[in-house]
Amino acid sequence: MGQIVQYIQSYLSSNQTPGGAGNFFWATVYILIVFGGLSVAVIAMNWLERKILAHMQVRLGPMRVGPHGLLQPIADALKLLLKEDIIPAEADALVFLLAPMIVVLAAFTVFIVVPFGPTHAITDMNIGILFMLGVSSLSVLGVVTAGWASNSHYPLIGALRSSAQMVSYEVAMGLAVVSAIMMTSLSPEGGTLSMIGIVQAQQVQAQWFIFKFFPLGLIAFVIFAIAMVAETNRAPFDLPEAESELTAGFHTEYSGFRWSLFFLAEYSAMIAVSSIAVTLWLGGWLRPFPNALSGSTWELIFSFIPGLTFLALAAMTFYNVVRMPKHPLFKIQTAGLAGFGAVLGLIGLILFVPAVRDRVGDIFWFSAKVAAFMYLYIWYRGTFPRYRFDQLMKVGWKVLLPIGLGLLVSTAVVGMRVELWDSLMRLIHHS
Amino acid sequence: MNPTMAVSNPPVATAFFFYLLATIMILGGIMVITRKNAVHSALALITALLAQAGIYLMLYAPFVAGVQIILYAGGIMVLFLFVIMLINLERTLKERQFNKQWLVGLVAAAALGGLFITVFTKGKSLFPEGHLTYSESFNTQEVAALLYDSHRGMYMFAFEIASLLLLVAIIGAVVMAKKRI
Repeated sequence: MGQIVQYIQSYLSSNQTPGGAGNFFWATVYILIVFGGLSVAVIAMNWLERKILAHMQVRLGPMRVGPHGLLQPIADALKLLLKEDIIPAEADALVFLLAPMIVVLAAFTVFIVVPFGPTHAITDMNIGILFMLGVSSLSVLGVVTAGWASNSHYPLIGALRSSAQMVSYEVAMGLAVVSAIMMTSLSPEGGTLSMIGIVQAQQVQAQWFIFKFFPLGLIAFVIFAIAMVAETNRAPFDLPEAESELTAGFHTEYSGFRWSLFFLAEYSAMIAVSSIAVTLWLGGWLRPFPNALSGSTWELIFSFIPGLTFLALAAMTFYNVVRMPKHPLFKIQTAGLAGFGAVLGLIGLILFVPAVRDRVGDIFWFSAKVAAFMYLYIWYRGTFPRYRFDQLMKVGWKVLLPIGLGLLVSTAVVGMRVELWDSLMRLIHHS
Repeated sequence: MNPTMAVSNPPVATAFFFYLLATIMILGGIMVITRKNAVHSALALITALLAQAGIYLMLYAPFVAGVQIILYAGGIMVLFLFVIMLINLERTLKERQFNKQWLVGLVAAAALGGLFITVFTKGKSLFPEGHLTYSESFNTQEVAALLYDSHRGMYMFAFEIASLLLLVAIIGAVVMAKKRI
């Protein structure tokens, strides 16, 4: 018994990721936390997307189930679980059942290397970013097999479109990623593919890679930001499920629980690619303005921000509690909203405790940056009209790919400028 | 403290993992040639390729495993499936699966089997014994150094020639597909 307790406690002083420390117990705990947090994030994202999109289009969005529709995603999830699970008669049943599992597995597996903090990752791999790109590229297999196994026209066309799209944009995405990885090799420790190592390289070089070699880092980031929207099949590149042409694309024939697996996978893939962008270019878990606003006073002020954010959310909730209709029918809803605000405020207060503050600051900054990307996804959907398929291919192959190749060469030249200049001088002196 | 150390970092390169992954690979390989449906064959091939990536991981070569997943399972097999979907599957289902060249096949299988048995029994004396000199966490850096390092890099020429070969193949495909260039 004492040994087990010691085994569990030994990790806490190790200052490593559970995978790095080789501790099975904490690895399991971390996996459960990440999986649970991800599911909650997907549910929250479902509500936020509908609300924000509605407000962008001057509508109210869901308002009936719970105060301001807060319980709507839970009601939706229950509805999906209760729905009949249909397998079309002419479908290839085995592949039809396998496809959603491939997509979900690929979307969730990548999170074992996502660095929420220097020690807050399930594990740190030497091939971190390669692993993320490789495993997330497996999800296209699920999409393709889903479309084919449905044995129906719209899903097949949707699957063909999505595989063409995902394979095309993977190329531009890879080029942008390589240019960021080349920047890590300028650190004294040498280049790395590890997700934690990439953020530490930005810390050592005292510069986020989005600002490095301005504007090269920024261009790489923009290429990635465009390609990642296409990779996740989201608006304005959501041709695989263009509802005006293909009903629902590759998942037309899916219903109930299997459809919700596709839904889950789409949103967690969005979070995964956003975390790649945050890790590579936006300094991962590092707080903003580490150079201009440095020193222990600023450290203290920035460590208050997580708590203040939650307190601000609680204040907004209570403002809406006051604005709720005073009719007795709304009594329960008002009480529920007040309870929600109280929970948010309590979380905010807990985040002010020094021991908690020190440990969750990195997680907060990482999540906040990812959340900004999630808001961008919704904003794109509310703003841009859908691309035509030939336009999509043109952007991928004729715009992003040449810019990416040029960027790769120029990043290498700028990064090696001293060495190149030296060898040029030597060449001139020899002749 | 010591028992926890023993638990914390068990070796990955064990006989259990090798036989598990090898079994998956062989079963996948057999499925590739026995399934009538080309999509099922392709999925079985993907399983075999992923098991192969697992064997690379087991051999402490994570970079090779990552490249295996991203290139073969994620890239080439997607194109395979893409092409398979565009051809008429109903006709291929009716075609005969095996041809009658069993004599040639038997000779080839016997030769290959003989080779494998020879390697299995005499492998220790045939190949030089190698030991991993670096930690697995430097695999990527070691691969890069073997390719491009100015002192130790000895495979750069071979690597670049191989990529030139692929470029020729791509240009050839474009030339064949386009009527006018």
